Formats: sequence, structure tokens, C-alpha cells
Amino acid sequence: MPGFDFSNYNRNAALHARGMPLPKATSTGTTIVGCLYDGGVVIAADTRATSGPIVADKNCEKLHYISSNIWCAGAGTAADTEFTTALVSSQLELHSLSTGRKPRVVTCMTLLKQHLFRHQGYIGAYLVVAGVDPTGTHLFTVHAHGSTDKLPYVTMGSGSLAAMSVFETQWKPQLTRDEAVKLCADAIEAGIWNDLGSGSNVDVAVITAEKTTLLRNYLRPNERSQKLGRYVFPKGTTAVLNEKIIRKEDLSKFVTVHDLPTETGDDKMEIDA
Amino acid sequence: MAAMFSQNPLMNGPNYSVNDAPRIGAPEGAREHRFDPYTDNGGSTLAIAGADFAIMAGDTRLTSGYSINSRFHPKLFKIGGTTADQKDATIVLSVVGFAADGEALKERLDAICKMYRYRHGKPMSVKACAQRLSTILYGKRFFPYYAYAILAGLDEEGKGAVYSYDPVGSYEREQCRAGGAAASLIMPFLDNQVNFKNQYIPNSGEGHALVERERRPLTRREVEILVKDAFDGAVERHIEVGDGLQMMIITKSGIEEVLLPLKKD
Repeated sequence: MPGFDFSNYNRNAALHARGMPLPKATSTGTTIVGCLYDGGVVIAADTRATSGPIVADKNCEKLHYISSNIWCAGAGTAADTEFTTALVSSQLELHSLSTGRKPRVVTCMTLLKQHLFRHQGYIGAYLVVAGVDPTGTHLFTVHAHGSTDKLPYVTMGSGSLAAMSVFETQWKPQLTRDEAVKLCADAIEAGIWNDLGSGSNVDVAVITAEKTTLLRNYLRPNERSQKLGRYVFPKGTTAVLNEKIIRKEDLSKFVTVHDLPTETGDDKMEIDA
Repeated sequence: MAAMFSQNPLMNGPNYSVNDAPRIGAPEGAREHRFDPYTDNGGSTLAIAGADFAIMAGDTRLTSGYSINSRFHPKLFKIGGTTADQKDATIVLSVVGFAADGEALKERLDAICKMYRYRHGKPMSVKACAQRLSTILYGKRFFPYYAYAILAGLDEEGKGAVYSYDPVGSYEREQCRAGGAAASLIMPFLDNQVNFKNQYIPNSGEGHALVERERRPLTRREVEILVKDAFDGAVERHIEVGDGLQMMIITKSGIEEVLLPLKKD
């Protein structure tokens, strides 16, 4: 059966009526923007994901792939933006295969708005859709309730006012590629500094008729400063109440064991002294 | 009272607030209308007592919702000096929660400390000031100051003293305390690094018989490092903490003030 599973609806409504709070979804209280220019379109996003006042992810990806020539920036409920764009991406790929034509941005926008309208705003996806197709270069916004806009420059998310203030003061017709990228990055930065729901880095995608260039972490203005103290503990600092050792040789009786080289990245955790 | 000022994001966030939550037994569609005089202005504070000093720290961001109202709005106040610049003060008060209430509380405590000085010809001890602050807070038991206060100074023996409060005046002298938005992020770090909680001496025994790592008073430099790292960590993971770090170090020779930058995103 396609669609959502509503079998827990009545139980959850009853629990909620008795005072149980709703579960908290990870929302990308976000800044996302888009801007047309002569020869293509640029979209950009910040990389902070929040859960209430807590930062859930410091470097998440809010620029979603729809097709090689259409990309989407998402704000709102993280899961909704992810699944909605993935769903439409699939539909569009199948549609393109059956028609033998390149997917169009209007088609993508229409699929999104019809899907979102059907669910009456309960799918909390707020999107900026951008792309180049045989009919030209296009930029849209799609709201969770299904309304859409077609404009030369757009912003969405909790940082949309901060970002729009940049567009309203600096946007001009006939931008070059570099000007459009700079304008979008500046708009996202306005969100990063002035909106608490946005933060960390700037991601940019440039779409032209020839190709799409994804500039992941185009700006990183929020590198963490060096820790002043050392927080390594001598081995044996943590109390061990009981210990059981399962050796690799014993384990390989049941599963295949592969040795992998140990990771040496920046994210490697500090361990004992 | 604890539930009323819950730090749980589920109770405060964009979900149903206590005010709007459906009530059992209330008639269908009934909604309580009431005056809502409090705002949460975010931010975090932290205090640590040393052997012959005390350090108070707080970030300088003032928020409401997703907006930054100010990037420099101090939460730390010198209390009970004789002049407007408080240069001869010996006690520091930090307040976090509702900024307007915090400021009002500071003004009242400062006025009381000044009156005490004029009447008795000597500054108030931290112990007396701490008790008085508790009385002020409890005096508004049914319309509380929405402020989490921490008081720091040197006791009669010259040792660092930190007193922490809830909004209605329950208080306690402690070695260290974190308050405000990121208290739940900072306090476990302090337990581990100041009071050496959950740290045992390696090979000192089996299981429950392990010997705990012995506590020792931290030096001023060590404490300053802990404070900076605690706030840098809080800034990474809490959206309401950032912009600037204000530190006050209380020693027998006076109060030193340090300002450091924090991330601004």
C-alpha cells in the first residue's frame, strides 16, 4: 500500500488529549535562498539543524538533488524535506524515462505542490526549487500548504527576513555568475549571524544549462576554536563492573570478519592518555 | 515550581506550551486567557569557587525566540560598592532567565547592600548577602522574579564562595554551578572536571571497590581554562549562547573583569 501509515493516529490523539507532548522532530530552522542570473540560477543554504534550542547537526546538507539539472533547498522538518524531494526525484526520473525528455522545473514544482497540498500542511516542507530545462531557467518557492511563487530572487526559513534584507538592498537585474554566488552567500551569512535557527557554513549550488556545480561548504566562517584544556583520562579511570571479551577468532565462527584500516580524520575522538 | 520553569525543550519549544495544552475536564474549546508577563532571554552563566578566589562567568547574548536582541548585554553585576562604577565591590551577582527581572533583582540587592554599608560602616559579608537574596526572592513567591541567580564572593575565611538559587529563593552554597539555557550541557562537565565525579584511580580496586580520584582545589588558571572550554562547548550546541564571554575573578585584592569573544552564529 502506498502512502503513510495512520494506524497509530487514534492512540496518539488520545495520549495528546491526556497531556502528552508531541514528539519533537528535527527541524532545519533554516536560511535558504535562490537567485536567477544571466545564464543560470544559484541556490544556497546554511548547514545548522536544530531540535528546539539544541543544535542537532552542525554541518547538515540542505541542498537536495532532484535531477542533474534541478536542485532543491529545503527548510522546515528535516525528514519531510528529505523524503519529499527524494519522492519527487524518483517520480521525475520515471517520467523522464517514459517521455524521453529532460525533466522540467515546472513539472517538479507541480509534483511538489500537489503532494504537499494533498497533505494539508502536515508535511512540513518549505522548498526553494531551481533548475534549467529546455524551456529556460526557473526559480520557485513551494510552501508546506502547497502555494508557490515564481520570482527572480527568493528566501525561505527562519532566516528568510535576514536574507531578504540583503537581496532587497543589493539585488540588481543582469547579474553575472560570480555576483549571484556572492549575493546568495551574503544572504545566507545574514541568516547565519542574525537568526538563531541558522548557523555554521554556507552551501551553494550553481545550475547552468551545461552542468550543476555543488559548492559544499563554500564558506566556513564558524570554525571551532582550539580547546585550551586537555581532557584525556588515564586508562582505568572509568569503573568497570564486569568484563567479557569476545575474540575475533570466536566471532568469525558466526560471521565474516574483515580488518579495516583505522580512521585518521579530524573527527577522530580523543581517547585515553 | 520546578515544573513551571522547566528547562525541558519539550515544554518550552514550538510545541504546545503549558498555556495552550488541552485540559482534562475543561469544556470543549475552552481556553484560558491570561497575562503572560515573562520572556526567556536565554544565555548561560557559570561560577566556580577556588581556594582563595571565585570566578563568575556568563555569555553576553540577549535573545528572544530566534532573534538576537543584543550581542553585549552583561549578566554579571558587581554588588554593594559605594560608587556608581562599583570599583570597591566585593560580591558578584549573575542572573539568567528573564533579563528585566534579573536587572530589577540586581537593583534591589545592590540598594540593600549599600544601605547596609552606610548603616554599619562595613561591607556586607557574602553569607549575609546570600541569605538576604533568598529572602528577596521568596518575598515574591507568588509572582516570582523569573531569574536563576548565582552569587559569588569570598567568605569570612577568605575562601571562594558560590551560592546558587532557584527563582523562589531556595539556595545552597556550592563548589560550582552552571545556570541558564546551557546549564544542562555545562553542569555534567563541571561535575567531572571540578569535583572529579566518575573518575577513579586506575587499578585501585575491583568494580565498586575502586577508589575515587581525590579532589584538590583548582588553580585560577585551570579554572579560567575550564570556563572558556565550557562556554565554547555550549556555544557549539546551544543556539541561545554566544557572542561574548564575560568573566569576573573575585580575589582579596578586588574584582578583575575579563571579556573574551565567542562565536557569533
